[in-house]
Amino acid sequence: MSEKVLMKGNEALAEAAVIAGCRHYFAYPITPQNEIPAYMSRRMPEVGGTFLQAESELAAISMVLGAAAGGVRAMTSSSSPGISLKQEGISYIAGSELPCVLVNIMRGGPGLGAIAGAQGDYFQATRGGGNGDYRTIVLAPGSAQELADFTIEAFDLADEYRMPVMILADGYIGQMSEPVVLPKPSGKSFEKPWALTGAKGRKKNIICSMKLIPDTALEEHNLRLQEKYDLITEKVHRVDTYMTDDADWLVVAYGTSARIARKAVDRLRGEGIKAGLFRPLTLWPFPEKELFEVGSKVQKILTVEMSLGQMVEDVKLTMNGEVEVDFHGRAGGAVPALDDIIERINGYERENHTHVQAS
Amino acid sequence: MTEELIIAGFGGQGVLLTGKLLCVAAMRQGKQVSHIPSYGAEMRGGTANCSVVISDEEIASPVIEKPSIVIALNGPSVAKFEPRVRPGGLLIWNSSLVKNPPTRKDLVLVSLDATDLSLSEGTERAANMAAIGALLKLKPGIVSVDAVEAALDEVISARNRKHNPVNLRILHAGFEKTHKVDAA
Amino acid sequence: MSVKTIPMYKRPESLSDVRTHYCAGCGHGIIHKLIAEVLDELELREKTIVIAPVGCSVLIYNYLEVDGLEAAHGRAPAVATGIKRARPEMLVISYQGDGDLLAIGTGETVHAANRGEDISVIFVNNAIYGMTGGQLAPTTLVGQKTLTSPAGRNSADVGFPIRACEMLDTLEAPAYIERTSVHNPGAIRKTKKAIFKALKYQKEGRGYSFVEILSMCPTNWGVQPPEAADWVKSDMVPWYPLKKFRDRPADEDADKEKAS
Repeated sequence: MSEKVLMKGNEALAEAAVIAGCRHYFAYPITPQNEIPAYMSRRMPEVGGTFLQAESELAAISMVLGAAAGGVRAMTSSSSPGISLKQEGISYIAGSELPCVLVNIMRGGPGLGAIAGAQGDYFQATRGGGNGDYRTIVLAPGSAQELADFTIEAFDLADEYRMPVMILADGYIGQMSEPVVLPKPSGKSFEKPWALTGAKGRKKNIICSMKLIPDTALEEHNLRLQEKYDLITEKVHRVDTYMTDDADWLVVAYGTSARIARKAVDRLRGEGIKAGLFRPLTLWPFPEKELFEVGSKVQKILTVEMSLGQMVEDVKLTMNGEVEVDFHGRAGGAVPALDDIIERINGYERENHTHVQAS
Repeated sequence: MTEELIIAGFGGQGVLLTGKLLCVAAMRQGKQVSHIPSYGAEMRGGTANCSVVISDEEIASPVIEKPSIVIALNGPSVAKFEPRVRPGGLLIWNSSLVKNPPTRKDLVLVSLDATDLSLSEGTERAANMAAIGALLKLKPGIVSVDAVEAALDEVISARNRKHNPVNLRILHAGFEKTHKVDAA
Repeated sequence: MSVKTIPMYKRPESLSDVRTHYCAGCGHGIIHKLIAEVLDELELREKTIVIAPVGCSVLIYNYLEVDGLEAAHGRAPAVATGIKRARPEMLVISYQGDGDLLAIGTGETVHAANRGEDISVIFVNNAIYGMTGGQLAPTTLVGQKTLTSPAGRNSADVGFPIRACEMLDTLEAPAYIERTSVHNPGAIRKTKKAIFKALKYQKEGRGYSFVEILSMCPTNWGVQPPEAADWVKSDMVPWYPLKKFRDRPADEDADKEKAS
């Protein structure tokens, strides 16, 4: 099926999960991601899969853990406060080295916040919101099409590295309908000799996060996880750059913020101002190498977020003082205004001219 | 060309469907489109609404601050969105239901008795079709009448497709009744 | 003359040959062994997954020669649901203690039962938190002293001990609910029968089964093992009557027999 269809982001993601071979989906209702469970409740029976509306987020993520331990592709989705509840299970899944896909269609916080789209869960997603030393691969789609495409990749990454992979999108990306060409399955397959299929003709398999014996077992486990995370940091980083080759001013943004920033770059270019956009598609690992390469050639970086400053910390860590990093953010469901981004960069230009004249 | 539309009305007036219909039609004509239902802070105040962007270029945000076009199918929608239309923009309003007409001088204000046109075909649920007719007359560059007609079968569920001839008649009635206006 | 040796008693194949970490007089070892015996008898060892809870039995997978999976505290029924849905051909046992099943995991307990998940829950009720050192449990008896109820459980303050079987017996879906005990050999034999039934019913795909087993925790009760066994009988059983609450598969089989 390669025809363009108008699809809601959430539904494009759900269908892509089915295409990726996901047959076990567990979730609890929360806005703005309710289209995913609604879609799955129709679709899973059609493909012989399991849709189960759990009694809580805690239960839903534990069901994912159980299904993943059985060696199948499992997924859950939620939105910010629900993802907070899932942190328990995410930590266990990371510690147990099980693959699964988690979807966070972000809304405004803290607490119950409001249902409008936001990007306030960047820290929670990229730092690991649960207990212990672990990481989660985080993918940041910016359209309904990318929600679908990244879902296919998320399942492959999860199986390849045996870890949870999170798709992190603001509510607007999930709620918006756009033309989508549904992706094809990747065709990759993964052996799962560790799965719990019964101790027949082999020793028993045990999947657990607790490591007691010997005394050094847990540290060894942590070091092995770290080796895996190091490998991922080396191999898994995706970016999208726009007009960055000759840019003086670089905007760094993801999701809806990046869509607006891209329009701002177009407008600024139309006025002869050399702006460019750097859009990380993986938030963990953060694409440091790529950003430094582009960022060290510009005069100033502006990070734009639908939060009051989270990803900007990664941008600053990456640039390490090499280039000044400025920030513009909106919160609580507000979307950065095109004119505000343009005005900010116009300001840099004016400042620059003043400096040039003064020197 | 980039048009940012907000379509607003009571729940049950087919607001979301109107947005989807325009999007699918424009998409089939090779345009970039986005559609997002009333959402978050937008949901307060007695209206259901959706935001539609149709453009020749890639679409930045699906969230519209200052629409270029508003279709208001009831009174609360006029009250809510008239102040937000950008200067020079278009406001199509349903004179069958709206008691307090819009007053801004810097907009193109077009009234249409959309619900009455719908009722004359025996239903009160298709005022949105009349409004689409008005929009197509006033802004032929967004999408063609043929494309909207073709999109109807794609967007309307099989169960309700039998109403499409009525929908089309109401759409054409809206189209015929609306006259081209000069910019504000 | 040749002598044929017939073993009268041997380690079940499903029981691992390892040293126990449980305290003297603890009931978990007995119950683990009963499960192992039943798995042997039903020839289910190679098709079983045991879910380990958080609590003293967190290491149950070290004692059973079956695939094992760990759940977060209270979530064992949800984990069991996940893997049963993914691998319906497997036998899934959710083994849980009282804090796990009736405090932090009450929601998971009730809803897995209410869905009639085709799993078997083995609930070990010893009226106290063992692993963390003897705190008040949802099943601690009124007046019972624990680390966090030093003056004894005060029902005016923290309510009364919860009866799990009675609570689940209000639900429509469960197939089999029984409460047994391991305080003496007779009770242990009855417990084995209950576990046998629960696992057999699951093997036959007949729905959710729940066996509550009253058990001893001499260490945290601060008594000698024989006294602990006596206390189960004298104090626990009056509050938690040993009883078959529901046996729908048996009823159905009886009806079928009558009809034929």
